[in-house]
Amino acid sequence: MAKSAVGAIDWITVFLFLVLVGFGWGNIYSASYGDEVFSITDFSKVYIKQGAWILLSIILIIITQAIEAKFYERFAGLIFVISVLSLIGLFVFGKNVNGATSWYAFGPIGLQPSEFAKAATALALAKFLSDMQTNIKLINHQLRAFLIIALPALVIVPQPDPGSALVYAAFFFPLYREGLAASYLIIGVSAAILFILTLLTGPYYVLIGALLFMVGLLIMKSASVQKERKSKLYLSIGLVMVFLLLIYFLIRIPSVIEILGGLYTSIKVLILAIFITALGVFTGLLSQGRSLERRKPRYSMFLLAILVITGFCFSVNYIFNNVFEQRHRDRFNIVLGKEVDTKGIGYNTNQSEIAIGSGSWSGKGWKEGTQTKGGFVPEQHTDYIFSTVGEEWGFLGASLIIILFMGLLIRLLYLAERQKNQFSRVYGYSVVGILFTHFVVNVGMVTGLLPTIGIPLPFFSYGGSGLWGFTLLLFIFIKLDANRVNEW
Amino acid sequence: MRKLLLYLIIISTGIIFISRLFYLQIYNTSFAALSEDNAIKVLYDYPQRGAIYDRNGKLLVSNQPSYDVMVIPRELKPFDTLEFCSILKITKEKLVKRLRKARVYSPRVPSVVIPQLTKDEYAYLQEKMRKFDGFYIQKRSLRDYQTTNASNVLGYIGEVNESLINKNPYYLSGDLIGMQGVEKQYENELRGIKGIKRIQKDRFNRDIGPYKSGRYDTLPVNGKDLTITIDEELQAYGQKLMENKRGGIVAIEPSSGEILSLITAPTYKPELLVGRKRSPNFTKLYYDTIAKPLYDRGVKGEYPPGSPFKALTALIGLQEGAVDTQESFSCNHGFRYGRKAKLGCHAHRSPLNMIPGIAQSCNAYFANVYLKTINKYDTPQEGIDNWKKHLESFGLGNYLGNDLSSGSKGLVPNSKLYNRQHNYPKNKWYATATISNAIGQGEVLTTPIQLANMTAAIANRGHYYTPHIIKAIDGKAIHIENYTKPKYTTIDKEHFEPVIEGLHQVFVQGTARSLQVEGIDICGKTGTAENYTKINGKRMQLTDHSVFIAFAPKDNPKIALAVFIENGYWGSRYAGKIASLMIEKHIRGTISRTDLEDWVLTHSLEEEYAKPYSGEPFKINQ
Repeated sequence: MAKSAVGAIDWITVFLFLVLVGFGWGNIYSASYGDEVFSITDFSKVYIKQGAWILLSIILIIITQAIEAKFYERFAGLIFVISVLSLIGLFVFGKNVNGATSWYAFGPIGLQPSEFAKAATALALAKFLSDMQTNIKLINHQLRAFLIIALPALVIVPQPDPGSALVYAAFFFPLYREGLAASYLIIGVSAAILFILTLLTGPYYVLIGALLFMVGLLIMKSASVQKERKSKLYLSIGLVMVFLLLIYFLIRIPSVIEILGGLYTSIKVLILAIFITALGVFTGLLSQGRSLERRKPRYSMFLLAILVITGFCFSVNYIFNNVFEQRHRDRFNIVLGKEVDTKGIGYNTNQSEIAIGSGSWSGKGWKEGTQTKGGFVPEQHTDYIFSTVGEEWGFLGASLIIILFMGLLIRLLYLAERQKNQFSRVYGYSVVGILFTHFVVNVGMVTGLLPTIGIPLPFFSYGGSGLWGFTLLLFIFIKLDANRVNEW
Repeated sequence: MRKLLLYLIIISTGIIFISRLFYLQIYNTSFAALSEDNAIKVLYDYPQRGAIYDRNGKLLVSNQPSYDVMVIPRELKPFDTLEFCSILKITKEKLVKRLRKARVYSPRVPSVVIPQLTKDEYAYLQEKMRKFDGFYIQKRSLRDYQTTNASNVLGYIGEVNESLINKNPYYLSGDLIGMQGVEKQYENELRGIKGIKRIQKDRFNRDIGPYKSGRYDTLPVNGKDLTITIDEELQAYGQKLMENKRGGIVAIEPSSGEILSLITAPTYKPELLVGRKRSPNFTKLYYDTIAKPLYDRGVKGEYPPGSPFKALTALIGLQEGAVDTQESFSCNHGFRYGRKAKLGCHAHRSPLNMIPGIAQSCNAYFANVYLKTINKYDTPQEGIDNWKKHLESFGLGNYLGNDLSSGSKGLVPNSKLYNRQHNYPKNKWYATATISNAIGQGEVLTTPIQLANMTAAIANRGHYYTPHIIKAIDGKAIHIENYTKPKYTTIDKEHFEPVIEGLHQVFVQGTARSLQVEGIDICGKTGTAENYTKINGKRMQLTDHSVFIAFAPKDNPKIALAVFIENGYWGSRYAGKIASLMIEKHIRGTISRTDLEDWVLTHSLEEEYAKPYSGEPFKINQ
């Protein structure tokens, strides 16, 4: 029995886990050792501590594998409740480290409950979705699912740890897999695009662009329904709007001298406007084949959409300028390239890019990174550990890590998909979602593609709670997967 | 679709990340450089610059230690500027200006604040250095001259300028580099290789030990010692003779092409251009645009060669078969070649054939030979171009391809030049239009070193070795084909004997008979070259240049030289005397004719040189 359980364990996943953890430790060692003599009992050194956490996590793994698979499903609710309570408890018993109250202190050891709450939430969501009574297509049930996800996130945000809270967006993946309407995805992605565009150009331009897009969409939709008559009407409406837009820019010309420059700008704008409209037409064309019902476009819906977009753009503008703190604004502005500041707020990203960039093809070799040794990248052994990989192992090493992560994620997706039990599948998707979000946000930040959001790179970054949290998350799924043979 | 979405997102994210890494690590190379700046401090250990010896092993140039005050602007902390300035004896404004300049250049890379301290300044500053964060002292070596001569040959070293730093990454701000002469030409041999020490730094800019345990550090390699072909004693003697005169002497050993001495006058003492006094002294020398002490007349001065050129006219005439040694031409105080055109000549017996023609320097004789040479061809164009070809084989009209850091091409006219001058083919021109070429007075321009080389080629009976200054590097004689392989002229060997006999007769019975040296068979030729200058836009004739070429002894010649004395009047007046003394000095080592020597040493041409600048009307050739 025990033997078959061991045999059923997906060793590919375990192997990838071990490689990542081992390589991660090597980099933490490189990023944190000094001149000292290597001493295995010197617990003031982070690499020794991390080594201890890794060894202890093996015990954790054995425990997860020893527990009956059914246990996780049965007690998912309880685990979730305990987890949320532990998060709430932080407000009373938590220890303040670096301005965030997200730790329980047990003597020299600190535990960060938010790292464990992800696994608990994943279990709870899986339990809820796998319930026979749950139908994710119903708004009512959707709201309940959102509540499960939002509850820990909302508790974490004010600690404050917005980065960890952001990770809960990862639960969109299992929800989508289980049948959540695609419109949520479209709305989510559109909102993100609108958000970024608004920050880049201001709400007015975004609004005009959105309007043009809608016109394009409308033209296509109506054309598909009423082939001749009305499509012409809408086409002309669209053209008139584009024309009006052009007039608007021409009117703004204050003097003759600027006519040429204005004309140039107008032509650029015109081309952009036509492009956006065409994008709308194209989108309409795409959705045509799929939007099964060839019914009349609901113009009221378009009107509503425009209203919502208007509201959204202006509120983004307002929130960004009035609700966000300056440091948040700075982070966005740096990634959007609106601000260049390599000394202050942009220091981390800049130094991290320098460290990675100096790695070239094959890197400077283990423990030979000059940027790493000089300690130029702050938090290098935690959130910025990937910059050490980039510097010391070069393009080849860093790409290998990316490929290993992709391999792990794809393997897990494959495992999740082969589950016959919906609970296991939802949980598997949650694991993939969480690991993927961490991976994207962390590597994106370290390579300067995304704003600075401090969350760890799974299995790599220094931190006991983080390592244990990810280990638990992963090995519960391995156990569930290993147990699938027992389920009929 | 629902199953595939996440796969797609994962794979595209991976692709995006790997592309980003490619951009950061491979495509954009600026990050690697930034990292170097950031984390590694590079210290340099400067090697000793190679010494320079003369051909007899006499030390000419060695080194003395020198200390530069360097600054790394970003490491500066507030300091007592008053004290700092008073130690280094500079004004505060100057310090502030220097520091600003250093910061603009680079806040991380060291720049020189005060170059080349003396030993005393260094000793005093060294004690106080700990008070001045961001400053440090860089030891270098400066030149220490053991000779007061040959500054034009040796050249000088100076701080590299920014454009050179950008061009050649070996050099850094404050480095010294050869700027002229041997120092410039043999910079790579002399400078050695800097030692490099890399120090790993942390983000607070603290040293945290050698980078990679010093694996990539290097020790300095000292520069190589050079032996040059100059005979310091002869050089010194020549410079002494040239005092109060302007012009150049170039002496070559015909059997090897080695330059025995290369003298320009006026000149300066090499130690003037060492250390901190280099800059003001250089400015002073540079702005003396009348005497031009920095201008090496020996290699750069382009003069009409005058009568020494007649030797070539004779050689070409023989080679072309236009004349033989016996044919004689009459001379009636000159050569009449047109109704009003006459090439004047002095009084001598007539007619003359070749050997006395050379000895008496008869203009009419050479005008005839020249015309016959050119008119042998159907058109004067052909004739001129053929004549030019012969001249070029003697190294005239182009750079010699030697290892001197400067030079001039001189000029040998071709048919195109005359075509242009005469607006051909609208107007025709004939050989007579170029008649002045026969006696070295036409369009032909030569530098003293070209004339000396030509003399060496005659002395060798038809070949020369490219004149050069390098003899040995690090004690090992050079083997450079350009300098060791003879270059043959277009004149057959047998034609040289009569011409050389003519040149010998110059000393026996000709224009230089007063300059004979007892027991040495000298061959030579006087020259008196008309010359013009422009003063306030007006073309004016100045007193003739005194020119002389010679080699000796007649058989197995040891020295060939050319002497040019600006406005020295006729050939044997200054140039001949100096040439004769130089030959005696080189061959005998001592001077027997002290009265001749005294005459040269006590006669000055400064008055002559002042004439055109006096603003008053003046007479020439007095």
